Amino acid sequence: MATTLAPVLSAHWDAERSWTMETYEAHGGYRGLRRALDMQPADLVTMVKDSGLRGRGGAGFPTGMKWGFLPAPDGGPRYLVVNADESEPGTCKDIPLMMASPQHLIEGVIITSFAIGCHHAFIYVRGEVVHVYRRLLRAVEEAYAKGYLGKDILGSGYDLELTVHAGAGAYICGEETALLDSLEGLRGQPRLKPPFPAVAGLYARPTVVNNVESVASVPGIVVGGADWFKQMGTERSTGHGLFSLSGHVTRPGQYEAPLGITLRELLDMAGGMRGGRALKFWTPGGSSTPIFTAEHLDVPLDYESVGAAGSMLGTRALQIFDETTSVVRAVTRWIEFYKHESCGKCTPCREGTFWLAQIMQRLERGQGTAADIDLLLDLCDNILGRAFCALGDGATSPVTSAIQYFREEFEAGCHTPADVLFPPERSALFDYTPRRTGAALAGVHA
Amino acid sequence: MTVTSQDAARTGGAPLVPAAAPPAPAAPEQTVTFTIDGIETTVPKGTLVIRAAEQLGIQIPRFCDHPLLAPAGACRQCLVEVWAPGRDGAVAKMPKPQASCTLEAGPGMQVKTQHTSPEADKAQHGVMELLLINHPLDCPVCDKGGECPLQNQAMSNGRPTSRFVDVKRTFPKPISISTQILLDRERCVLCQRCTRFSEEIAGDVFIDLQKRGAQQQIGTFDTDVLGFAGETPVGASATDTSGRPFASYFSGNTVQICPVGALTSAAYRFRARPFDLVSTPGVSEHDAQGSAIRVDHRRGVVMRRLAGDDPAVNQEWITDKDRFAFRWQSAADRITTPLVRERPSDGSRGELRPASWVEAFGAAAAGLRAAIEAGGVGVLPGGRVTLEDAYAYAKLARVALGTNDVDHRARPHSDEEAQFLAHHVAGRTLDVTFADLDRAPAVLLVGLEAEEEAGILFLRLRQAVVRHRTRVLSVAALASRGLERLSGTLLTAAPGTEAEVLDGITADAELDELVQAAELLATPGAVVLVGERAAVSAGALSAAVRLAQRSGARLAWVPRRAGERGGVEAGTLPTLLPGGRPVADAGARVDLAAVWGVESLPAAPGRSTAQIIAAARDGSLGGLVVGGVDPADLPDPALARDALEKVGFLVSLEVRASEVTERADVVLPVAPPVEKAGTFVTWEGRPRPFPQALVSHALADHRVLHGLADALGVDLGLGSLADVHAELDQLGGWDGARAQAPETDAAEPPAVPAGHAVLATWHHLLDAGRLQDGEPHLAGTAKRPVARVSAGTAAAVGVADGAPLAVSADSGTITLPVLVTDMPDFVVWLPTSSPGSAVRDTLHAVSGDLVRLAPGAADGATDGEA
Repeated sequence: MATTLAPVLSAHWDAERSWTMETYEAHGGYRGLRRALDMQPADLVTMVKDSGLRGRGGAGFPTGMKWGFLPAPDGGPRYLVVNADESEPGTCKDIPLMMASPQHLIEGVIITSFAIGCHHAFIYVRGEVVHVYRRLLRAVEEAYAKGYLGKDILGSGYDLELTVHAGAGAYICGEETALLDSLEGLRGQPRLKPPFPAVAGLYARPTVVNNVESVASVPGIVVGGADWFKQMGTERSTGHGLFSLSGHVTRPGQYEAPLGITLRELLDMAGGMRGGRALKFWTPGGSSTPIFTAEHLDVPLDYESVGAAGSMLGTRALQIFDETTSVVRAVTRWIEFYKHESCGKCTPCREGTFWLAQIMQRLERGQGTAADIDLLLDLCDNILGRAFCALGDGATSPVTSAIQYFREEFEAGCHTPADVLFPPERSALFDYTPRRTGAALAGVHA
Repeated sequence: MTVTSQDAARTGGAPLVPAAAPPAPAAPEQTVTFTIDGIETTVPKGTLVIRAAEQLGIQIPRFCDHPLLAPAGACRQCLVEVWAPGRDGAVAKMPKPQASCTLEAGPGMQVKTQHTSPEADKAQHGVMELLLINHPLDCPVCDKGGECPLQNQAMSNGRPTSRFVDVKRTFPKPISISTQILLDRERCVLCQRCTRFSEEIAGDVFIDLQKRGAQQQIGTFDTDVLGFAGETPVGASATDTSGRPFASYFSGNTVQICPVGALTSAAYRFRARPFDLVSTPGVSEHDAQGSAIRVDHRRGVVMRRLAGDDPAVNQEWITDKDRFAFRWQSAADRITTPLVRERPSDGSRGELRPASWVEAFGAAAAGLRAAIEAGGVGVLPGGRVTLEDAYAYAKLARVALGTNDVDHRARPHSDEEAQFLAHHVAGRTLDVTFADLDRAPAVLLVGLEAEEEAGILFLRLRQAVVRHRTRVLSVAALASRGLERLSGTLLTAAPGTEAEVLDGITADAELDELVQAAELLATPGAVVLVGERAAVSAGALSAAVRLAQRSGARLAWVPRRAGERGGVEAGTLPTLLPGGRPVADAGARVDLAAVWGVESLPAAPGRSTAQIIAAARDGSLGGLVVGGVDPADLPDPALARDALEKVGFLVSLEVRASEVTERADVVLPVAPPVEKAGTFVTWEGRPRPFPQALVSHALADHRVLHGLADALGVDLGLGSLADVHAELDQLGGWDGARAQAPETDAAEPPAVPAGHAVLATWHHLLDAGRLQDGEPHLAGTAKRPVARVSAGTAAAVGVADGAPLAVSADSGTITLPVLVTDMPDFVVWLPTSSPGSAVRDTLHAVSGDLVRLAPGAADGATDGEA
C-alpha cells in the first residue's frame, strides 16, 4: 500500500489567513492545551515518551526522554528553549511552519513548558527571517491576549512567559549550547559538555532545547494520544514529519507524511523530476547528511533505514539534483557555506573547512591534482570526530559521500572545469543564453 | 640559612624568619584508578586526563590547555583514544578520540595516547597540520622562535611537510593592544588562553574573539563605540568589554602564556633569541608580594623578566610592573664607584669625586665619628632593602653608631604604627598567608587598594571571590575599579574616619552594611588586611586590632614595598630589635648583646623617620646614613631635603644618583637586586631568597655596611651572605613579652571650611616611581591621573566632570581633570605619585589633611597629563 500524506501540522495551511489565532482555533487549536492543563505534568512527559516522538531537529533523540533528564525541581527556574534557528542548506520546514501556523508552535511551547515545570520559555528564531520573527511576535501577542500565555493560564494557576528572540545570523547558533550562549548575550560558540543543558543550560539552569517541529507535534499527541501518533511511521520512528522537497522536482514544497515514506513515493506526489530528467543525487536531511543517489529511491525515510543506508534522516530536507548538476560544484557550494559558518572555536572545523573549500574550488576550476582526492578524504578523516561540535562533522559528509558515489567527477576536476562538464544553463528552469558561453567560462579558468 | 632551611629550626630554636612549612598532605579524598598507555595510575576524582598523564611523565601536546585556566577544548591538539566501561561494565572504545584537556579521568578508563594509539597519533598529526596551514613560517624573525610550543610540538607531533599549497589567511601586522602589548593575528592559533586569562584571572577583559571561522581573531574593542571618562591609560589604547579604555596591570601575563608568538611586548619584541638568554630565578623587588620571577639576561644585560611558577605565592602570574620595570637597575645614572665630597676651605659644599673604597670608607668613618660626637647619627635604610641588608643597617645602628635612631619607613608613618608592628607583626611570620585568603569567607581591606598596592594579593583575592565566593569588604573613601572586580562592598570612610568605621563594625550597628560586615568577619577564617596607609589615620590600627579581637578575624599587615616586612623582622625600627625584640625589654637587649658580642645596647627608644629628619635639620643629630630613600616619598619632602642639606655629615648608600647622593658627603654604591643575592620577606612573613643573576662588582648593602663598620673599628661580622645567615640562625626569634597593643584614639575629623576638602590618596601601581624609569611602553599603560570628587563637591567647586580641578596647599597646586565619583562630599582623591600629581612633594600633605579646591586653569589640565 502506498504511503499517503499525513497532514497534521500542515493540515490547515491552505485555510484563509492560516496564521491567525482565529483560524487556528477554528481548526481545533488549543484543545490540546486545555486537555494538558487537566493532566499531571509527569503524565504528559510519559505520554510523549510513549508516543515515541523523536527530535525533529536532525539528531532524532527521543523528546520525552530529553524532558525526563531534567533534575528534580529545586525551586529555581527551568527553561524551555525552542530552536528555531533553521539555517541548514536545504532545510526549510520550521520556517514555513512558523509562517503558516505559528500557534501550533506556541501551543506546543505552553504544553511542553507545563510538562517540564518551566515558567519562561524562549523561541530563538533565525535572525535573517524577519517576516517569520514578526509573525511569531504577533502570534505571541494573540496568545497573551487570549490568556494562553501570562499569569494563571486558562484559570489553571499555571504561569508562563514566552520570549521570541531573533538571532544575529550564525548557523552555529543552531547548535544547542551555542544557541544558549547567544541567547545569554554571549558570543555564539558551543559550550563544553558536560554539563549538558538539562543540568546547566540557559543561565546555568536546567533547560530543554527542542526543535520547532518537535514542540509543535506535542499538541497533536495530547489530543490524539500516544497510540494515534504511533500508528503513523515505523516502529522506532513514529509519527508524522514534514518532508521538504526542493531542487529539480516538478512541485517542490512541504509534504507532511508518516516517517518511513520513500523518496520514490514523495517524488510521485511532487509530480516527478523536473522536465522528466533523471535523478542524480539527493540529500536525505540537509547538506550535513551524506548524499544518496537514485539507487536509494526506495530507502524508507526513517531514522533507522536511512542510517543503515549510510546517511542520516536529519531534517528531512530532500534536496533533489538531476543529471545536469555537477556534484563537484554542489559540494563546493556547501563547503563554502561551512567555511563561512564555522564558528572558529576549534581547529579542525575552522582550518579544515578553510582548506577543504580551497581544494574544492580548485577541483571545480579543473585545476585539481592527482593527490587532491586522497587529500580531501584524509582531511575529512582529520575533521570528522575531531571537531568540538557536529558542525565540523557535517561539513565532511557531502565531501566523503560525493567522492564515494561520484569519484570520477572529482577525477575530472583534475583537468576539466565543472562548468564545462556540466554547463550551468542546462540546469536552468527555462531556456536562456548565458552572458558568457561555456567555452568562455572555461576560458576563465584555463 | 634559616630563611629557607628547616634544619635550622630544629637545631637553633625558632628561626628569625622561618620558611613556610611544606604544604600539609591533602585530606584523603575520592580517587580514581585508571590506565594511561597501560600504566595504572590513581588520581583524585575530577583530575583531567592530561594532568594525570603529566604526572606519569607522558606529554600530550596541547595549546589551549592551561592548568590555571578553565578547560576550553578549543585547539583539539590533545586528542587521545579512550576506552571506558559502559553501563554493562564492559570496556568499550569511545567512537571519537577525546580531548584529554576536558576529559575527567573515570574509574576503569583506559587511555591511549599518541604513544600507544595510532588513532590518537593520527588525530594529533591531523590537528597540527591544520593549525599550521594558516600559521606563517616566520619563526626566524618571531620572538617565540626557540621557545615556542607550536614550533616544538610541530616537531614532536607534526608531519615533516605540509600538504597545504593554497592561499594562507593573512592580517596586517601587528595590532597595538596597548603601548606595551602587540598582537600579530596571523600567528594566533586561537587557543583563547589570553582571553580566558583576562576574563577568569585578571577580570579586565580587554581583548576578545571577533568574527568567525578562519577569520576569527583576537581583537580589541572599538574605540569609537563608547566615549566616556574614567581611568584611562596614558598611552593609546582600545576599550575593554566594560567600555573603559584598557589599562590592565596584568596584561604581560597574556604574552607569557601565548603558546605562539602572537602576543609580544613592545619592550622585548625583536630584542633577543631565547637560546641566547641565561635564566636566573628571582623575586620581584617592586612590592611585598614576593612574586617569583625569572630574569632572562644575555651577556650581562637583563633582556626580560617572566613570571616564575610558585603555587604558594604568585601562581604563574605577575604584575606588569614586576615584568617590565627592570631597566632602572642598569640606568645611565648608576653609581659605579664610591664618591666623596671635598669641602673647599671657603665653606661651600664642593663637588663629589670618585674615590677608592678605602678612601671612601675612611672619609665616611671619620665623618660619622665626628657626627656621633656632635649628637649622634640617624639611619634611614629605606623600604626596599633585603632582609640581610636590613639586618646590617639594624646592627650597624646599634653596634657601630650606638643608637636606636633607625627607621626604614620612608613614607608617612606614626608611632601608633610602630607600636602596632611591634605588637602584632614582628615575629609573627606566616600568620596569615595567601592560601588562607583562598578559603576565607570574608576579607576586609583597610587602607589597602589591593590592585594598586598589592597586585598578586588582588589576583589571589579575585580567585577566592570567583571560586569560593569570598566576600571582600573595603574601608576606603571610594570603590575603585579593582574593588568592583572583586565584587567588593565599600564601607565608606572619609580619610581620618577609618577608626570610627572599624569600631562601628558591630552586630548592633545602625547601618546594615556594618552589621553584615560584623557577621561576615565573625565567620571562622575571616581575615582583616591593613595596608601601610592605615598608619596615617590616627587610631585606625588600634581599631583594627580591637576589631580582630572582637570578631575573631585574623589580622595581617600588607605594606607596599618589598623591604618593609623584612625591616620589621630585622629590627630597622626605633623600638624594635631584630626578631621582634622590643628595645624597651632589658632581657631582649641582653640577649642580643650576647649574640652580637657587645657589652650593652642603647636602651632608649630611637627616633622615627620624621623625628630623625627633624633632628638632622635642627642639628641635634650630627649625621645620617641613608639607604634607598627618595625624599619625595617622605611626608614632607621639602623638609627632608632641607634636613639633608643641613645635616652635618651624610653618607648615602645608593644604586643610582638621587636627591640624597647629590647632597651626600660620601656616596657608597650598592648593588641592585639583580646584582646581588638576598631575601625579600613578603607581607605574610614568607622568606623569598633569590640568587644573584648578573656577574657584578657591585656590593650588597650589608657588605658595604660591614666595610663601613670596619673603618669605624667595629667588626660587624656581616661581610658575606653566609655570615649574615649564620648570625640570623643563631639569633632566632623572640619568645618574650610583646609590646602592648596600640590604643591611640581617633582624631576628631577636621572641620572642612568652604572651598576645602579632605585629601584621600594612594599610589597607582604604575606611576612616576623611579623604579619604572626607562620603560616608556609600560608608562603608556599607566592610568591617567585624575582628581576624584563627588558630584556634590564638584558642583560646590564649580567644575564639570572632566574639567580641570586645582587642588592646593600652601606649598603648591596640583591641577588634574576631575572624575566625578560616588564618594563622600568634601573629599578629594589624588594619585599619590603620578606624573603631574606628586602629592607629597607639591602639597606636603597626606591622607586626611585639608586642601583647597578651585576650578583649574584650562591649560593647567595638561600638566596632569604630562
